Amino acid sequence: MKVIIDNKEIIANEGETVLEAAKRAGLKIPTLCHHPRLSNYGGCRVCVVEVGGMNRLITSCTTPVSDGMVVTTDSPKIRETRKTLLELILSDHPNDCMTCDKTGECALQDLAYEYGANVKENPYDGAMRQYPTEDKNQFIIRDFSKCILCAKCTRVCDEVRAVGAIDIMKRGFYAKVATSFDGVLDCEFCGNCVDVCPVGSLTEKLAKGKGRTWETGKVDTICGYCGVGCGITLHIKDNTVIKVTPTEKESVNNGALCVKGKFAYDFINNKDRLTRPLIKKDDKFVEASWDEAIDYTVKRLKEIKEKYGSNSIGGLSSARCTNEENYIFQKFIRAGIGTNNVDHCARY
Amino acid sequence: MDEVEKTDLIFVIGSNTTEAHPVAALGLKKAVRYNGTKLIVADPRRIDLCRFADLHLGHRPATDVALINGILKVIIDEDLINKEFINERTEGFEDVRNLLSRFTIDEAERITGVPKEKIVKAARMYAGAKNALIYYTMGITQHSNGTGNVLSLANLVLATGKIGREGSGLNPLRGQNNVQGACDAGAISEYYPGYQKVNDEKNREKFERLWGAKLSEKIGLTATEMTEAADAEKIKAMYVMGENPLISDPDINHTRAAFSKIEFLVVQDIFMSETAELAHVILPASCFAEKDGTFTNTERRVQRVRKAVEPPGEAMEDWQIIMKISNAFGCKMEYEHPSQIMDELALSMPQCAGISFDRLNGLGIQWPCPDKAHPGTRTLHKERFTRGKGLFKPVEYIPPRELPDKEYPFTLTTGRMLTHYHTGTMTRRSAGTNEHVKEGYVEISPEDANRLNIKNGEKIRVSSRRGQIDIKAKVTTMVSPGIVFIPFHFKEAAANVLTSRELDPIAKIPELKSCAVKIEKK
Amino acid sequence: MTTKPKIIIGMGTCGLAAGARAVFEEAEKYIHEKKIGAQVIGVGCIGMCHEEPLLDIVMPKRTRVIYSRVTADMISKIIHSHIQKDKPEKGHVLSQMLPDDGANPYPSIPYYEEMPFNKKQHRIVLKNCGFINPLSINEYIARDGYEAAKNVLFSMKPEEIIDTVKRSGLRGRGGGGFPTGMKWEFCRKAEGSPKYLICNADEGDPGAFMDRSVLEGDPHSVIEGMIIAAYAIGANQGYIYVRAEYPLAVKHLKVAIAQAREKDFLGKNILGSGFDFDIDLKQGAGAFVCGEETALIASIEGERGMPRSKPPFPANKGLWGKPTNINNVETFANVPQIILKGADWYAGFGTEKSKGTKVFALTGKIKRPGLIEVPMGIPLKEIIFDIGGGVADGSRFKAVQTGGPSGGCIPAELIDTHVEYESLIAAGTMMGSGGMVVMDDSNCMVEMARFFLNFSTDESCGKCVPCRIGTKRLLEILERIVAGKAKENDLELLASLGGTVKTASLCGLGQTAPNPVLSMIRYFRDEYVEHIKDKSCRTGTCQALSRYIVNLDTCKMCGICVKGCPVDAIADGTKKTKKPALIDDEKCIRCGICFEKCPFGVIYTKGAKKAGHVKEGLSEVKV
Repeated sequence: MKVIIDNKEIIANEGETVLEAAKRAGLKIPTLCHHPRLSNYGGCRVCVVEVGGMNRLITSCTTPVSDGMVVTTDSPKIRETRKTLLELILSDHPNDCMTCDKTGECALQDLAYEYGANVKENPYDGAMRQYPTEDKNQFIIRDFSKCILCAKCTRVCDEVRAVGAIDIMKRGFYAKVATSFDGVLDCEFCGNCVDVCPVGSLTEKLAKGKGRTWETGKVDTICGYCGVGCGITLHIKDNTVIKVTPTEKESVNNGALCVKGKFAYDFINNKDRLTRPLIKKDDKFVEASWDEAIDYTVKRLKEIKEKYGSNSIGGLSSARCTNEENYIFQKFIRAGIGTNNVDHCARY
Repeated sequence: MDEVEKTDLIFVIGSNTTEAHPVAALGLKKAVRYNGTKLIVADPRRIDLCRFADLHLGHRPATDVALINGILKVIIDEDLINKEFINERTEGFEDVRNLLSRFTIDEAERITGVPKEKIVKAARMYAGAKNALIYYTMGITQHSNGTGNVLSLANLVLATGKIGREGSGLNPLRGQNNVQGACDAGAISEYYPGYQKVNDEKNREKFERLWGAKLSEKIGLTATEMTEAADAEKIKAMYVMGENPLISDPDINHTRAAFSKIEFLVVQDIFMSETAELAHVILPASCFAEKDGTFTNTERRVQRVRKAVEPPGEAMEDWQIIMKISNAFGCKMEYEHPSQIMDELALSMPQCAGISFDRLNGLGIQWPCPDKAHPGTRTLHKERFTRGKGLFKPVEYIPPRELPDKEYPFTLTTGRMLTHYHTGTMTRRSAGTNEHVKEGYVEISPEDANRLNIKNGEKIRVSSRRGQIDIKAKVTTMVSPGIVFIPFHFKEAAANVLTSRELDPIAKIPELKSCAVKIEKK
Repeated sequence: MTTKPKIIIGMGTCGLAAGARAVFEEAEKYIHEKKIGAQVIGVGCIGMCHEEPLLDIVMPKRTRVIYSRVTADMISKIIHSHIQKDKPEKGHVLSQMLPDDGANPYPSIPYYEEMPFNKKQHRIVLKNCGFINPLSINEYIARDGYEAAKNVLFSMKPEEIIDTVKRSGLRGRGGGGFPTGMKWEFCRKAEGSPKYLICNADEGDPGAFMDRSVLEGDPHSVIEGMIIAAYAIGANQGYIYVRAEYPLAVKHLKVAIAQAREKDFLGKNILGSGFDFDIDLKQGAGAFVCGEETALIASIEGERGMPRSKPPFPANKGLWGKPTNINNVETFANVPQIILKGADWYAGFGTEKSKGTKVFALTGKIKRPGLIEVPMGIPLKEIIFDIGGGVADGSRFKAVQTGGPSGGCIPAELIDTHVEYESLIAAGTMMGSGGMVVMDDSNCMVEMARFFLNFSTDESCGKCVPCRIGTKRLLEILERIVAGKAKENDLELLASLGGTVKTASLCGLGQTAPNPVLSMIRYFRDEYVEHIKDKSCRTGTCQALSRYIVNLDTCKMCGICVKGCPVDAIADGTKKTKKPALIDDEKCIRCGICFEKCPFGVIYTKGAKKAGHVKEGLSEVKV
């Protein structure tokens, strides 16, 4: 079917929303509560657009396209409405961007800037929710004063994880994302709620204060835990992994991770990492140079091969190492040592 | 893994998917909740996935063959088999039919403890589904009859023709990030890369040519056999890269004794592991974030691993260390980058002939990928099986080697939990996860706990014929009376002190999922 | 025709609140003791809530006589005289009904139908309310009940029903006013199965009790309407979503559904027609927003009662994602009559675009509050003055609020407005579900707006930003206006923010929440400006703006106000000082104690009695 969005004729797909059609056509419509992997919500209203023949503004994230629809995504009325909505949100938001971990990757901050929301003299300033921050777990800090009730966290927890650890309680202005009976968070700690939170309401304890988004390098790689092979992005500052997020690119995990992939990266920087080769002398490990260690190893392997034959040597390769490492490891054992005694832990 | 969206029924057996493969479990849960897909879970424990299941078969540990045979028996008796598929694509069905003619569903009930109504229901559900997927993991394989377990599942799949198309099949979920890749790349004793048998002359000649070296014609020892050989002082030297058998191997006390006898042990690792402590040389290596390369996931998907940070201190990337040793040993290796190793791997392994680093972006490539233009393969065995026709192999139920008795009245089963991983080297050194779950535990049923006057959280002693550990009791209905469960990640209370070294005679997998233990108050 | 005398007592919530239970028990006790062969029956609300408790007596072959404001101690007298002597007890008689079937009227008792309250009413929906025992399906059947259902099941095609309803001109009585026939047609044509039918009985507007009265007084009419609708759209399962705060309605519905099942009007293969339909009762937990159809659906599904975006409309994707038709109680109750008497008959009432009748709950500052049913198009004036009797003596009619917290007000100058969907919208309000709150000149229009907005803000579910935060901010602005802390541009802010909340909110609650304040600004702008600029409230309603003033000339210097003042804000005023009392406005906390305690009535609030007192009052303050 054909729709016209901002004077552009677009071939849209049946069942597609206005937002999706516009996005495919390269048009940008701001959103706060929309997430392509979650059900459509229509809570933040900043994606409102005008549709020909309709008096009210409609939310592009929830409205399906219909043939011949004429859509305007930007007009003074739309901009004014979006600005008012943002000012309403900011009127009940701490606006402490200077110290907020989300600064630089906060959707609210970006939109407030784009629409010139009046933060200093916000015409809608008034009462604010007073809910204490909850962080009695190892991974997630829940600052309710920053929550914009976009419900991405509750939706990801229910729709994607099927856990349902959180939902919205109370109503109206005092609505709050809460666990059952508003207790402390005690869940699988997959961290998906943090990943989808558009503002600084849900942040990571381990990454707190470690670096701003513009200071970090981002490297896409594959998680090193189970065999699912989730795509992850490592956030790097000063040669240190400070945070892990599910890759935004196409991946087998579609934006999901588990507690290990998401939060168990700290071992990389652990002080107990081995940093120098060690040779055992008199039952004690002594630091050695690489040359010493290699020479000694090769010498001993050669002696044993000489004395007992190739089949007295074995190699245990690793399911934790790369294909390339496994390949050259077994090549060394088979072609170098001359035995097929090479295996790994596939069996346990 | 997106196949789950196209199936009508999922049968999960021996896989605590939501804890061991949490992200893979998301697809299962989604299919059940949003597509109306049916779910059968067979597991001795009432695992989390049971919440979503239409049917839970809580069979006793190590009775999988009896359960599957029972299901297959019902399918044959009620004539729910797929005759066309059996005729065209398989052979040996009569052998299975003959075997099962001597087996009864009452026997299945007696052995497994699963009421026969449930077995019948499972059979009808599975056979009645248009498409059905089976998922299994170590709960099936880590048994003295692990091969039998897998074969019985294969029989079930073949008899109903639920394989070789999208939405149907038999899928093992790989426990570790690159088990698949390590196997593919030839890190298994009997195969060169690409599952080419080492005792086949043609293969040997091919690899001798490729590597320019004389190769042994003798099948090598498996990991578990190497431990035995070390104990027998037949293995004198070992080079261990990134493995920690002293926690992950069964009967750790025995493993420790065996490894202590090794004359020269090189351990290449990122931490001072329990195994490294016994080494003569330790080589500081790098973790996944510190190197370039590829991992192959459980669905044969080769994906790019990218270097993000430098290894600490003088630690090096593993491939560089191996190369150094190999070159010093006189086996020349001249790779400047792992991509060159992949190119050589592609040459050696026809399944991956079309794979190279420049093609590995985004989702990677699922092998078989025979040439550069090939997009990869999602479903195996579409028109034919690797050997041509699918072969039925009759499997009889063999009880586990060690059954509970008067002295050791409980069956211990081991496995993973959500927060920790394998031997804990990584998750127990990561602040968040280590703080979150600090110590190991043994799951015990409320009935048994009451009988033994054990309170939740109380430290108790668990012992087997091989050793004993002190561990916190977790009283839970997850396990049935007579069964206890211990996650094996915690070295302070290592489950594998207790487990037995009994091996599956074919796959050489140890029987980690079942042994006899006793429980005492401390 | 009755052979036994009947005593009929109004036992709706309004009657019970006025003490009908005691009257009922006393009547039963009395006839038992005196061995009088009469029957005591409880019925629903007949509409005259202002005359409750109502007790009617029907003697064989005589007209039905209505007694009003009956108490238990009058029972012996009334029954003795009326039943035992066939002489209506004149002292308490209100009226008698027009004779039917040759009944014999009593002399010199006015006819009920000719009373001003009833004269301009026409009862279609309420035809049985107050006349039949709602707990008896037989009484319903005796008055043509379930005839319409039988007709459609055996002699009409679904399309014919839809066509009839379309031609009748019936529009949604829940407030939206969408043509009912069209709604049914959308659902009938929607792809997907099963289909569901829902009756929205989550009446929540403050001051509205139309649906409650119908459910209490004539539950079968709703069930019958639902059977017809279900057959028309092809639904086999229906739900009635009723608020749990209506225990009597819930009870009557439960009984009615059970009776209907027993009589084979609900369940499998209804009356052998081959059509299956059953109804489940779902009780709402008191959230106003659950009256919004998508929130109601979410609530039935077991989710948090939050609205969902439309489109998709429930007709295509409703309950459990299946095609669903939702109508309110009054809409369904109209349906059997339309089927029985025909579309043309129904369309004969009302105006071109608004057909039939509409039930209203008349409340507020009105002489005769109650439940009324009038033909569409009736001038507002006739409802307020002819039916309702106008406002209390001595005060002046100011405005009427229709549509509750979602509607707006109609000022006195527009009293000739005809009650129909379009004209009410043109006047800046809406039909709504039928609440009519009458205001006189003692009502402050800022405070009224604050009251309604406070309700909406409280009832917002919190899903969308404009409603969650916007209504809160609107309320805060109104709160500061009534507190005398208004900012210069607050009126503009109310208008602009109100506009955004209306256009940008997700559901009907937010989209209409600013209506009361916007319409009151439209008609009573001066009053707002007074509050903001002069910091004064002409009605004296806004406590923070009111000033307590002592009439210096008439103060008796008794000292009582001085003693009573909790903050020592009153100087002098005693025999000792020999000066009249003087209230320090800075210290005064407007508690009103001095006003209440003054034995001579010389203290009054600025402008409390009449507009105009303000100036007068001010001149008397010597500060």
